[in-house]
Amino acid sequence: MDLPHHGYRASKQRGRGTPTGGESMLFDDTSASGMNTQGYYTPGYSMAGPQNDTQAGVSNLFADPMANAAVMYGSSLANQGKDMVNKEISRFMSVNKLKYFFAVDTKYVMKKLMILMFPYTHQDWEVRYHRDTPLTPRQDVNAPDLYIPTMAFITYILLAGMALGIQKRFSPEVLGLCASTALVWVIIEVLVMLLSLYLLTVHSDLSTFDLIAYSGYKYVGMIFTVLCGLLFGSDGYFVALAWSSCALMFFIVRSLKMKILTSLTSDSMSTSSSAKPQMRMYITMATALFQPVIIYWLTSHLVR
Amino acid sequence: VALRGRKVASMAFTLYSLIQTAILCTNAIAVLHEERFLSKIGSGVDHGVSGFGDDPGIKAQVLNLIRSVRIIMRVPLIIVNSASIVLLLLFG
Repeated sequence: MDLPHHGYRASKQRGRGTPTGGESMLFDDTSASGMNTQGYYTPGYSMAGPQNDTQAGVSNLFADPMANAAVMYGSSLANQGKDMVNKEISRFMSVNKLKYFFAVDTKYVMKKLMILMFPYTHQDWEVRYHRDTPLTPRQDVNAPDLYIPTMAFITYILLAGMALGIQKRFSPEVLGLCASTALVWVIIEVLVMLLSLYLLTVHSDLSTFDLIAYSGYKYVGMIFTVLCGLLFGSDGYFVALAWSSCALMFFIVRSLKMKILTSLTSDSMSTSSSAKPQMRMYITMATALFQPVIIYWLTSHLVR
Repeated sequence: VALRGRKVASMAFTLYSLIQTAILCTNAIAVLHEERFLSKIGSGVDHGVSGFGDDPGIKAQVLNLIRSVRIIMRVPLIIVNSASIVLLLLFG
């Protein structure tokens, strides 16, 4: 499948590429095959050695043959570890599908943030396809991505820490608690969405990552709300809460309507479709109505 | 100040509580009795609309889900429950 690879190759340095790219720059890839027979008796010792050496000097020609051997052993160990991690991770989720969600660029991020905050003027909500595969976010502004939710989540945590620090209520445990609470609410929401979509046999093409993306977009609204609450006090908080709730509800309803309500039902349309559109509308409306509730729940204690 | 500090932790979830909730819910699904309970509710659906060309209804989907969860999670639940019993005995 060439399209996600194209997105990955051309994308910026974000995402999963950085650790493995850093490894191959740190360690010269001279993974000699003979070094693997040594076993793992002193892995810690030999890992500490080559890291100190290669960080001190860039050239890999050491006068000491022992250090050279240690560098080669360490690099082969790093490659082994990298392969093992890749194999384990690719058993749970396909990394290519994940790379599709991070193929963004600045123009897309700007436009998407504008749409999230002011969706009323956006005309065309259809996700465009290119020969049966959905387009990457950098080519289609309606495509969901995971970059904005991830960044918004981290910014929300930092902002929560700052808000608590302004009110002199800060401690490191509270920050971790805030982060894990927000994460757990995202997980709960995604699980409830998946369960309801499964129970009502809605055969949409919403994958788990799409749902994570759509439920992560509320963090942008939360950041805006908390900022207004900090800058303008309690009144500003409620105004910003109302604004971002309405914008987010509109956005979610328009986006999910395309995917859930017009998904392919099975052949017998007449008998089973009587209850279907209503239930699908219920799901969409429930998701939309859940957003302001959770925004209020997660941000009210930061602004009082 | 003590009241405001308490508000942060009032509905705070940790990841540990999520794991606890998941384990408890899966246990609840796993201990449902076949004869007394599930076949009474499930038999009406099994003999009825088997749902080949038609989408199965909500009840059939729920029963399908419960059955598949029970089959899949039987062995991992044994392992996880034993591990949590040992950990709770050791660390309280």
